[in-house]
Amino acid sequence: MRKIRVLLAKPGLDGHDRGAKVLARCFRDAGFEVIYTGCHQTSEQIAAIAIQEDVDLVGLSCLSGAHKYLFPEVARLLQERDAEDIIVIGGGIIPEQDMPALYEAGLKAIFTPGTKLDAIVEWINTNVKPEA
Amino acid sequence: MEELSKRVLAGDIRAASRLIRNLEDQIPDTYVAIKELFTATGNSHIVGITGAPGAGKSTLIDELIAAYRKKEKTVGVLAVDPTSPFTGGAILGDRIRMLRHAEDSGVFVRSLATRGSMGGLSKAVGEAIHVVEASGKEKVIVETCGVGQQEVDIINHAHTVVVVLVPGMGDDVQAIKAGLMEIADIFVINKADRDGANKLYQELLNIASLSRNGDTASSEQWTIPVMKVESIAEPLKFAESVNLLCDKIEEHYQYLVKSKLLSNRLRRKTTAELNEALWGSILQPILQELNDGGEMESMVEKLVNKEIDPYTLAEQVAQRYVKK
Repeated sequence: MRKIRVLLAKPGLDGHDRGAKVLARCFRDAGFEVIYTGCHQTSEQIAAIAIQEDVDLVGLSCLSGAHKYLFPEVARLLQERDAEDIIVIGGGIIPEQDMPALYEAGLKAIFTPGTKLDAIVEWINTNVKPEA
Repeated sequence: MEELSKRVLAGDIRAASRLIRNLEDQIPDTYVAIKELFTATGNSHIVGITGAPGAGKSTLIDELIAAYRKKEKTVGVLAVDPTSPFTGGAILGDRIRMLRHAEDSGVFVRSLATRGSMGGLSKAVGEAIHVVEASGKEKVIVETCGVGQQEVDIINHAHTVVVVLVPGMGDDVQAIKAGLMEIADIFVINKADRDGANKLYQELLNIASLSRNGDTASSEQWTIPVMKVESIAEPLKFAESVNLLCDKIEEHYQYLVKSKLLSNRLRRKTTAELNEALWGSILQPILQELNDGGEMESMVEKLVNKEIDPYTLAEQVAQRYVKK
């Protein structure tokens, strides 16, 4: 049986990793394998790691306000490297008006503060189906 | 599946990682691909890095990768972290220390979860090493999960085993105990700026001087070196001591080649692999059938009620399945 593999990453200059760590723990408890890579990564590093780890999903966390550049860049790099099947989702302080552009860039879901952990796990279990 | 192995041989990273995943997930027919790769393996130097949780294995490997890259060697890293016994999930956090190599095409890092394996590695790690070798990496570093005294499976996979210790973990009796302390080809005292490093150094020198390291046939003995690695708070000193470690690891490999002990290690490694394969092709299908048919459950029920003992049950199953 396929085990879901998730990469959790924090792109850019943002040191607030409490949320990402809570998610890592929550995904562990949901039975996923979580590759946690911590803070301060470039989009290039995240795309390269996603491919090396053969993950199904990349979860990006950003609380610094740079999501409009960083999130689409990760999605673009994955597309460029024939890895557009890897789903990209995002979370953090994301204003409502920024969301259409992020979805347009290829992100499949955005979770903002206050989202229940169970809701995120349920979204993943519904939408991430690794091929056999 | 055939296509996947061709892509691995051509150095395709995603294919290598997917193949490793197929092995971890036990996807049927994955062994076809591994069979095709098998002849392309055996040329890499496999270095095992083991030690307690938080001893600094991942950080050490990060600097070791840098040292190898300076020597223009390509490097594959397989980093193992534990799987939850309750949920089957895992947090794989080793490569957080190795981020600076993420974009280097000469470096491939793959995290693995133990998935119930108890020896400090994951069940798929032996085959994963083959995949990394076949993808053309000259050095394959295998990082065990944080181990205690007796998770020593790494000796079945690595040519050179580096045991990483930190000061303050017990007295000299701990140092002469069997298990982890006797599998080292090289000892590393990490965080050597801490109190107790000199005491540990003396203890390790003592056991190193008595050690025969399992390979007694050779006239030319390998003296287990004890290497101190300075604090990462002083990056230049740290890098310098890891460079020395890198040279020592290379020296050990040359020693194995020259003394013909490499073939002994390979024999140990292949014996373990054959055991695994036999286990997989003989016992696994039987267990599967017992489980699927519900027989396993009814046997457990009988055992719980003390109606029969496990040895008689096992004999009965063996009589049914195993033909001489």
